[in-house]
Amino acid sequence: MFRIYCPYCGELREEEEFHPKGPAHLARPLDPDNCTDEQWGDFLYFRDNPRGLHNELWVHALGCRKFFNVTRDTQTYLIKGSYRLGESPDQARTSGDQA
Amino acid sequence: MRQTNRLADGGRIDRSKPLTFSFNGRQYTGYEGDTLSSALIANGVSVIGRSFKYGRPRGIVAAGADEPNAIVQLGATEATQVPNVRATQQPLFDGLVSQPTSGWPSLKFDLLGFSGQLFGRALPPGFYYKTFMFPQAAWKFYEKHIRKAAGLGRSPTEPDVDEYDHLNQHTDVLVVGAGPAGLSAALTAARSGAQVILADEQADMGGSLLSSRSRINGVEASQWAADTLQELAGMDNVLLLPNATVNGYHDHNFLTIHERRTDHLGDRAPEHQTRQRMHRVRADWVVLATGAHERPLVYANNDLPGCMLASAVSTYIRRYAVIPGHSLVAMTTNDAGYQAAFDWQDAGRKVVALVDTRQAPTGDCVEEARRRGIRLLTGHAVIEAKGSTRVSAARVAPLSEDGQHLTGPAEKLACDTIASSGGWSPAVHLSCHTGGRPVWNDDVIGFVPGDTLQRQSIAGAIAGTFDLAGCLEQGAQQGAEAARQAGYEAKPASLPTVEEPDTGNAMALFCIPHERRISRAPKQFVDFQNDVTAAAIELATREGFESIEHVKRYTALGFGTDQGKLGNINGMAIAAKSMNKTIAETGTTIFRPNYTPVTFGAIAGRHCDALFDPERHTAMHDWHVRHGALFENVGQWKRPWYYPKPGETMQQSLDRECLATRNGVGILDASTLGKIDIQGKDAREFIGRVYTNAWAKLAVGKCRYGLMCGEDGMVFDDGVTSCLGENHFLMTTTTGGAAHVLEWLELYHQTEWPELEVYMNTVTDHWATMTIAGPDSRKLLAELTDDIDLDKDSFKFMDWRQGTVAGVPARVFRISFTGELSYEINVPAHYGLHVWEALFEKGERHNLTPYGTETMHILRAEKGFIIAGQDTDGSMHPYDLGLDWAVKEDKPYSFIGKRGMKREDCLRQDRKQLVGLKTKDPSIVLPEGAQAVDDPKQPVPMTMLGHVTSSYYSANLGRSIAMGVIRGGHQRSGDTVYYPLSDGRVVEAEITSTLFLDPKGERQNV
Amino acid sequence: MSELQTDTRVSIMNQMPEADVTARSALHFSQAATQPVFGPGQAQVFLWEDALRGQLVIRGDASNTDFAKGISSALDLALPGQLASSVSDAMALLWIAPDEWLLLCDLEQAFAIETRLRDALTGHYAVINVSGGQTQIRLAGSAAARVLQKSMPYAVSDTHFPVGKVATTALSKTQATVRRIDSTDWELTVRRSFADYAWRWLTDASREYGLHLGQPEHDET
Repeated sequence: MFRIYCPYCGELREEEEFHPKGPAHLARPLDPDNCTDEQWGDFLYFRDNPRGLHNELWVHALGCRKFFNVTRDTQTYLIKGSYRLGESPDQARTSGDQA
Repeated sequence: MRQTNRLADGGRIDRSKPLTFSFNGRQYTGYEGDTLSSALIANGVSVIGRSFKYGRPRGIVAAGADEPNAIVQLGATEATQVPNVRATQQPLFDGLVSQPTSGWPSLKFDLLGFSGQLFGRALPPGFYYKTFMFPQAAWKFYEKHIRKAAGLGRSPTEPDVDEYDHLNQHTDVLVVGAGPAGLSAALTAARSGAQVILADEQADMGGSLLSSRSRINGVEASQWAADTLQELAGMDNVLLLPNATVNGYHDHNFLTIHERRTDHLGDRAPEHQTRQRMHRVRADWVVLATGAHERPLVYANNDLPGCMLASAVSTYIRRYAVIPGHSLVAMTTNDAGYQAAFDWQDAGRKVVALVDTRQAPTGDCVEEARRRGIRLLTGHAVIEAKGSTRVSAARVAPLSEDGQHLTGPAEKLACDTIASSGGWSPAVHLSCHTGGRPVWNDDVIGFVPGDTLQRQSIAGAIAGTFDLAGCLEQGAQQGAEAARQAGYEAKPASLPTVEEPDTGNAMALFCIPHERRISRAPKQFVDFQNDVTAAAIELATREGFESIEHVKRYTALGFGTDQGKLGNINGMAIAAKSMNKTIAETGTTIFRPNYTPVTFGAIAGRHCDALFDPERHTAMHDWHVRHGALFENVGQWKRPWYYPKPGETMQQSLDRECLATRNGVGILDASTLGKIDIQGKDAREFIGRVYTNAWAKLAVGKCRYGLMCGEDGMVFDDGVTSCLGENHFLMTTTTGGAAHVLEWLELYHQTEWPELEVYMNTVTDHWATMTIAGPDSRKLLAELTDDIDLDKDSFKFMDWRQGTVAGVPARVFRISFTGELSYEINVPAHYGLHVWEALFEKGERHNLTPYGTETMHILRAEKGFIIAGQDTDGSMHPYDLGLDWAVKEDKPYSFIGKRGMKREDCLRQDRKQLVGLKTKDPSIVLPEGAQAVDDPKQPVPMTMLGHVTSSYYSANLGRSIAMGVIRGGHQRSGDTVYYPLSDGRVVEAEITSTLFLDPKGERQNV
Repeated sequence: MSELQTDTRVSIMNQMPEADVTARSALHFSQAATQPVFGPGQAQVFLWEDALRGQLVIRGDASNTDFAKGISSALDLALPGQLASSVSDAMALLWIAPDEWLLLCDLEQAFAIETRLRDALTGHYAVINVSGGQTQIRLAGSAAARVLQKSMPYAVSDTHFPVGKVATTALSKTQATVRRIDSTDWELTVRRSFADYAWRWLTDASREYGLHLGQPEHDET
């Protein structure tokens, strides 16, 4: 049971409020129609599975419904922090978004 | 019954409160303050069960969570049965009923014992491993018999009558264990003002202090514990949880505490009290003060009843005032073992000998033993216990200095109890739950917790600190540190003065040598619960298992409900020795949750029966109940399935509902469909990107069917979306897909297209939706509205209108999932029942018939309309479904799914495609899921073409109809395929169009 | 009504029915079916439905000063920030998300307020009437926080959840927007379809503390 920081609510919340949505920064190709099958297949199915720090997309499903990214260590399950969409992983934090 | 082993005075029991209880059908008495095991000992009951593999008699060994033998079945009634209770941890109450769980069919005369160790030969080490590797059928056979014989207890056959619940806790500091270190830590942390939870698995907090001979601040250790607890209990920021086992330590300092609130009071919980509670704790900082478990020494026949842990002997005498026998031989590798002999002697019974494996021990304890005149045999060990169902003698022999050889002949000492102490193993269990690896420490002669990533520290015996002063000091230090970590200012605690004996060095010894080598000696047990012997472990290493994890799995060491608390370290030591390695080199296995078994009740809490899962209700739910609907679960919704009339079969109900709708008018509660309000200037653009079809020209007042695909091009949801305003749409989704679709839309909006100005909100619950369908639906609606022009040319199919229905503002959508003239009336949910009942009031003369989901399914299947999730399974794109018309490929934006469905594999002509199916025999309804083949005579495995996705009997058509997928099915119209069924029948069916009724769609356009 | 429609690009609708129409709140039947008082001794928990309130979801950009000004001019309430609420006699405005608020008002006033909002707001915003889609369960009494502790993982201590705070979180196996109205008075906004479940859960969780169905005042009179 993780404790995850929601950068929109500015609080640590229990894992059951969130849904994991796969790897972060997975951009939809800008011109899908001109992708090869292989390129599209990579976008659809091929994912990194790093040992160590990993940026993930989560949604505060039972809270504010906002998507954000989490940097989590896949080995230790420790979470370095969260950052909003549009921010970079080095901005991952576990506090500081209080209004 | 006389309590023959009860001491006249002392102990923490209340002799004025006698309690009666039963074990194995016999009545006994004990006292308040007893555990079941102390009460059994008081009554001289020494055989508690039979062992799993060899059927050997077993008695009580320990006094706490580490007990491997005294596992009982509790419960006076069928509904209150609790299996796998450790008698050592079960407080006695009046009327307690217990049964042995091992030793089926009886304790005294059992199959295993009688048949000469039947399973002993059948179950060599590696049994589990080998049976798992070999055919499964064999395992099924073994499992049935092993379970019965292995004493695993049984689950009740009646529902539990007690209540259980969960409580969420947030605390600054959680201290696990209320022994000297834990009390000291909790006190220091609490005095700083931090919120503190102190949990201990025992009813009486204090741990080793309760049976200690030492003094703190000039008073007995137990008095210091009582004073400290009193101070803690008086503080608002402290929660004391006795009878509460911290059973799991999970990520990010989330711990679960299994609190037994009334298990000590009676067979059933008192009214309005929860029997057990699972505390779900988030702690800012955790102090593990879980103590240590004493290690027994491994010697021949060490499983005979009467062989006990030295500390357990002391605990029984000092805490419960019971003495497990008359004459004691105590063997020890360390000073702690001496206390058992002193306590035994003080209780007035005979200490035959104190056997110390050390050649020349020194210290206060040794001096005292000499002063007391106890026969002290140094450099000796008990090599073997003698006796049949109880120890009758100990064979004692001199040992070499390293303890690895005997140096002289054995002497036989008559006794009925052998206490042994091989030192103390820190209770590292919780530290392992989040991945921590214990490390061997030669000074401690045990594994201590390794580095942790959690916000956690350790104090006391778990850290290898075994002296009382050290425990108190370390507790205070870690309590202060915990408070500081949680943001409080902790003052340095003034440490109490402690009077305790000086101790000498302990000896690292685990398995006592015998005259014969391990494989030939009488059995030397390591793991009592699983009957794992030293010889078995040696055999495993000889067979090539070098990793300690493999040795564990091969021998089943530590696999019992006690998780090897008693035997694991001895097992590791024996494995290491036989591989000529150090224990540090071989390492240890790690422990997983739960620390001790947890009841299902505590896990489930109140999430059971009616509260097991949310039931979602529509605004008309009460009406459906009153009108006899049977319900179907769709997602979490309760939807009317059909409305049987008295005497009707299900099919008769469905036929009636189907015919009434096609021939007159029927009504469906469609409130459960997902509804998403979409507003914003880019709403139309957004919808165009997430649906496969065109939305650019949909005018205000119009509705359109839309298909939603994943990026892989596969259909995952569908529904009708209506244009409410130029910047305002109402999207409907399937009932089960509503939450997922909204999250999907938000995902794309927030991550891919944040520049689009659009807001989406669920309005599923706000609108009560009722669909009236059938040729008479317009006539019926006309009776309830006077501000909506229902003329067929002004309010056309796929239009929506706003107006008033039965006095309630409504949006009416002329859309159809049945192919009939049909209106979906949406009103705010508060008025749903009012409008629904008004429809029935006016509908009586139209024979308005309520229909449920099953009729809805049949009616839509007659029209070949798909249900996403039933006719699709995540591997079908719109073309597979014959929905080419719903894909607009030339939209400017590459909508979601467009690229996916253009992949090479998606263009194959032999993909499974949705077709209609008509059985040759119109009375046969194909089972959904049946697989089609071209050649029913082909030997198995046959070439399968696809499966039936929907299948019904259609009263309107007077025959069965089905839809299904067939490889290349769109090109095979008119072909015959065969469905071989599991009952041996082969059903012949023709591939047809999915439009079974009204192929031109005239009925909905009237 | 068309002259009131300030924004023809969206469909707005006065959803109040004619006078003789019976409105049934989300818990209309559950409340009737539940035994009025149970548990030992004096009630420490009071549970009732604050039924049939007007409820508008307001979406917009908090950083847009026009939006914030529009809200306060239309409602005479400040736009509350993160996890906060603004309250007046007739209304409460609850923060739900950085771009979402929930306005609680009189049901009869909902349309007039929606119209006022639409008059006052410009640019990218949305107002959605969800009055029928959710309801407010009120939980009060000395053991109310204890009942919440049993029901949600979110901490309800005075420091973590002071009066006026709002948190949308898990309530057992459903979701609720929880607002602390007073030290022992809580408001739980739950979706209509889950209301029966939430009610059943809360009555069950309250039982050991003694439960009174209804407001505390009623108990005393």
